[in-house]
Amino acid sequence: MEFFRHDVNLDWMGKAKYFVGLSLTLLLIGAASWIHKGSLDYGIDFKGGTLVYVRFASTPPVDKLRQGLVQQGLGDSVIQQISDIATPNANEVVIYLPQRGQGNEALDAGKGAILNALHATLGSGEAGKADVNDSSPDTIAEVLTRKDPLSLGTAGATRYQQLAKQLTDYRDRQARGVVSNLDNLREAGATPPVLSALRDSFYAGPFAVVNVEIVGPKVGADLRRQAVFVTLYALAGMLVYIALRFELVYGAAAVLAVFHDVLITLGLFSLLHFEISLTVIAALLTLVGYSMNDTIVIFDRIRENLRLMRREPFKAIVNRSINQTLSRTILTSGLTFLTVLVLFLMGGQVLRSFSFALVVGILVGTYSSFGIAAPLVVAWNYWKGQGAVPVSGTTAGSKTRTGEAQGRLAPAGRR
Amino acid sequence: MDSNLRWKAVFITLVILLCIFGLVGLPAFPTSLAQLRDNFSKRIKLGLDLQGGTHLILQVQVNEAVSLQTDQIIDHLGTQLRDKNIRYDDLRKAGDTQILVHNLAPDSTAAFRDLVSSNFPEWDLAPAPGEQSGYLLTLKPSTVGAIQAQTLSQSEDTIRRRIDALGLTEPVVAPYGQGANEMIVELPGEGDPNRAKSVIQAGGQLELRRVEDANPYPSEAAAMAAHGGILPPGTELLPSKTVDASGQGSWYLADRAPIITGRDLRNATAIPSTDNPGSYEVNFTLSTDAARRFGPFTEQNVGRPMAIVLDRKVESAPVIQSRIEDSGRITGRFGQQEANDLALVLRAGALPASIRYLEERTVGPSLGADSIRHGVQASIISLLVVLIFMVFYYRISGVNAVIALLLNLVILLAALAYFGAVLTLPGIAGVILTIGMGVDSNVLIFERIREELRAGKAAASAVDLGFKRAFRTIIDTHVTTVVSAFFLFIFGTGPVRGFAITLTIGLIANLFTAVYVSRVIFEWHLAKLQRQAALSI
Repeated sequence: MEFFRHDVNLDWMGKAKYFVGLSLTLLLIGAASWIHKGSLDYGIDFKGGTLVYVRFASTPPVDKLRQGLVQQGLGDSVIQQISDIATPNANEVVIYLPQRGQGNEALDAGKGAILNALHATLGSGEAGKADVNDSSPDTIAEVLTRKDPLSLGTAGATRYQQLAKQLTDYRDRQARGVVSNLDNLREAGATPPVLSALRDSFYAGPFAVVNVEIVGPKVGADLRRQAVFVTLYALAGMLVYIALRFELVYGAAAVLAVFHDVLITLGLFSLLHFEISLTVIAALLTLVGYSMNDTIVIFDRIRENLRLMRREPFKAIVNRSINQTLSRTILTSGLTFLTVLVLFLMGGQVLRSFSFALVVGILVGTYSSFGIAAPLVVAWNYWKGQGAVPVSGTTAGSKTRTGEAQGRLAPAGRR
Repeated sequence: MDSNLRWKAVFITLVILLCIFGLVGLPAFPTSLAQLRDNFSKRIKLGLDLQGGTHLILQVQVNEAVSLQTDQIIDHLGTQLRDKNIRYDDLRKAGDTQILVHNLAPDSTAAFRDLVSSNFPEWDLAPAPGEQSGYLLTLKPSTVGAIQAQTLSQSEDTIRRRIDALGLTEPVVAPYGQGANEMIVELPGEGDPNRAKSVIQAGGQLELRRVEDANPYPSEAAAMAAHGGILPPGTELLPSKTVDASGQGSWYLADRAPIITGRDLRNATAIPSTDNPGSYEVNFTLSTDAARRFGPFTEQNVGRPMAIVLDRKVESAPVIQSRIEDSGRITGRFGQQEANDLALVLRAGALPASIRYLEERTVGPSLGADSIRHGVQASIISLLVVLIFMVFYYRISGVNAVIALLLNLVILLAALAYFGAVLTLPGIAGVILTIGMGVDSNVLIFERIREELRAGKAAASAVDLGFKRAFRTIIDTHVTTVVSAFFLFIFGTGPVRGFAITLTIGLIANLFTAVYVSRVIFEWHLAKLQRQAALSI
């Protein structure tokens, strides 16, 4: 079956000025937001500091927690509640504390202070008992072996280790890290004697710390610089390859288009307050690769058509090439877009910014291939006065055609 | 089927079998479904972000070792200058790598130059700027580099020994980044990283030194006063580790040169204390060589205190009761774990320079499990959507694309298993992108075949031309992406690298499946097709 007419004949290059206008608008909006805020929203990877990711058994008492943090002298901390479409009641908060000072002690201090605030606000449970949500399988196994609720004697150690592993697996997978009540462990295979033994030594705290990240200030600055350089190196590498396979102007146009994609994506990140983390950098680089891929498919067709249609004006060849690859572009972009959309909707908090960059990137990357890269090459060719001359360099003797002169005066995509 | 096609089919089958073997056939050949699953989970290693654990990035302060070297050279140089009767006003450190000799006697300039060039060849000699007869010695950059590199590798070895001794499962200690003296320590599994951190960070420099004055002083000033403002040659003041209730420490006047250092230890173990029930102490035994020195020394110094110095702090200063041959103990009211960790650090050896933490990330196992669930769910759903669409849109040829895509994933996973690469969250994202690129290749080829069919070509030649024409495009797009992935791998770190690896493997696998395998299936299909029948695409 087919969705698309295979004889589409759209004049893409005739609309180049609208594309350029659209791109400039998007770039300006992004730049305005970027300048207005003074900087992008960098994640902890780049700005440093301490981040504690806490999961609660029920709705997190955010206000109480904020007061608790202020009482601990952490007035500059930020609490953010997390939810997403896949898990609307995630009951999770992220507490971020900016970096203070250097050195090993300063690095640890933030984490300690946040944990103190959590325990002070939410109660540290029952005296002399450990929080089951904060205990390792080894600790639980040790307690069980000591109490020996199943009367297994000295041979029980291995059995209790298995049982403890089973209980913590249940906690970490089914209960997503927080067992709200010790009785729930029955589902994980804890028999009444085991439960009562556990109750003597453990209580079920209302929260569990599922992730701690501490990044020193030096790392952030290094990474920021590194990210910029990696992107530039990758672009330069691709420029060289395309220049070798096609011509320098094609490489330059493709790289400019990709650059445009990255800037627009960053602008959107700024506008919508998404954080830039290390994984987002990976996503931006993917976007670069994807957009490049799309551009090359069109360029490749132009190269082929130049050989087949020597007498046609360059603009017409480009239009024809875009039209010929249109069904492929829509299919591939559509499917890839669906893929990353699923990732964006279901990938969970950790992948949120990453997949957002890809969702935007695929749209912008597809658009820039025909909206920016191709018009750039056309503009260059007209400016050089080679509108109807195949790129391979064979002069077709058409330099005196009127279309040429017009093309030189008002090349597509230039104003 | 012609024989050429048959050989290609055999080759593809072999590749598939090799991949499946790589995924589930090792380490023990599976005989049950449970073992199959077990093998698979052993073969595909998960990164810390998926299985939970802690990763630490730390920086070795290598310049401390360079500075220490300069200190030692100042000592040696001073002694040799005295021996040779070369007079000077002052000899001091002018930075980590520089020594300033102030006001050298003009008549001994030649002797000084000779001494430096023959005995201290790794130092450059130059007149000190702004001084009449002063000289500046600078450690040669190549030597500085060598000291730094050695310090880094020694630190890595020491940290690895210490981490290994903690008995954790599959810890990783490896250099990190490019030339910034950084290291990464990965500790999979649960648990508080604080213990590992303190074990890594401990200096572990043990020294036994002779104590000059039997009683400690309450402050540095008091010690100086007792000696008329100048300490006896070859001695220095060391603070005690413990402070009393009022926060007052004590200071010991001890020899600069230790009798025994951590290198002389043969073993160290933690045992319960006999003097202070409930607390622990660390027993150590000396190497035979050290014991030969220690025996006579203790015999001569019976009745005098000896300082047990750990990281330049006096742990305790017991009085020598009798001749000691080859063993001793460090008492200091340690807890059991503290004593265990100290013994471990002593056994593993001292760090040549201190450590600074740059980054610490702990992923709880529940978050890891979440991420796996989300990542796998998203991958499966996207894959299903894509596969269903391909079959719907391209009919029988779509089945071809389905086979190519699935095989691509199998090869990608098998390659990860064979290379021992770790699957991380960005890695899963790389897998999803590989699916995207795989779809693109198939669409490019199929659309091209359709175009040729529309142009009136017969099925066989349409397939042939379609592949041929699309191949150029596919090669260009793949090489460009691999070029950028290459830069990511070389210059990137952590997640960026994991992403680059999966993407590169996925793209190479895609070239094989979408172009080669798919072509073979097409040819096989064409061979069976009736002469005039249309291709289902």
